[in-house]
Amino acid sequence: MDIIHILRALEDGADGVYVAGCLEGECHFQTGNLKAKKRVQYVKGLLRDLGIEPERVEMYNMSAAQGGRFAEVAREMVDRIKKIGPSPLRGERGE
Amino acid sequence: MIVGEQKPFAEIVEMLKGFQKILVLGCGTCVTVCFAGGAKEVEILSSLIRMDRKKKGEPVEIVEKTLVRQCDPEYLQELSGSIGEYDAVLSMACGVGVNFLADTYANTVFLPALNTKFMGVTEEHGVWSERCAGCGQCILDMTGGLCPIARCSKGLFNGPCGGSVNGKCEISKDVDCVWQLIYDRLKGLNRLDKLDEIFPIKDWSASPHGGPRKIVREDLKV
Repeated sequence: MDIIHILRALEDGADGVYVAGCLEGECHFQTGNLKAKKRVQYVKGLLRDLGIEPERVEMYNMSAAQGGRFAEVAREMVDRIKKIGPSPLRGERGE
Repeated sequence: MIVGEQKPFAEIVEMLKGFQKILVLGCGTCVTVCFAGGAKEVEILSSLIRMDRKKKGEPVEIVEKTLVRQCDPEYLQELSGSIGEYDAVLSMACGVGVNFLADTYANTVFLPALNTKFMGVTEEHGVWSERCAGCGQCILDMTGGLCPIARCSKGLFNGPCGGSVNGKCEISKDVDCVWQLIYDRLKGLNRLDKLDEIFPIKDWSASPHGGPRKIVREDLKV
């Protein structure tokens, strides 16, 4: 997971981005999820530099068997973003 | 390699104020290896600049490009046909690249995206540290291959000083006393006698103190 993927989504007007990784210690790519977590933190720093709420990006961990948790995280993130409001990078018509 | 670090974003934004068409120019050598100014960093910084401008409602057109090197004329020539199109070029090379661009293209504004830090090594992924100060007259044969100019905080030739405690420098417990390292290494190599040798006063005119340096190899000139 390269940070440019998160940045591109934000640049294109996404109000928020979350990265869903495997549970810590259970990543197919060994430490891939831990590296992704650090990169999400790095992007939060970049957003602070830009004056954009760092809470718009987040890292979550869940296993492929945790469908319920997946839905819960999605709802949690949507609620969070709704509270923050639309991204300042969206077009004038909210596109 | 030459190790660089991206300037604070706010400083870059300030530099770019008023420029609309900007070339963000990476360098494919040292600063690629130290993740400061290669193709990937060009993509990231360009994205951030676009987002900053979009947020402020200020138009910007960014062109992204990474040269093999910014310190050789043949690679800079790649820009000759298009350089006039840009209001400014934000170079992500070390200071050498920015200088050479400015030497080559008189009518273009070149701006540095990085702070050039030192000549050093990758200690581990994400950690770099200084090893050579480029003094122009190497003394590593005398010091077990470890440089007291680059790695002693005082640049001493006759250390360790009184600030050396348990092998660490007084400036920080995270900084090794290089004179302790030199002593231990020469001892291990059974070459401690190197420290007894009297050597001439160092010729600092070979360093930057002697003015800008240049090497000319007639055998290589075309």
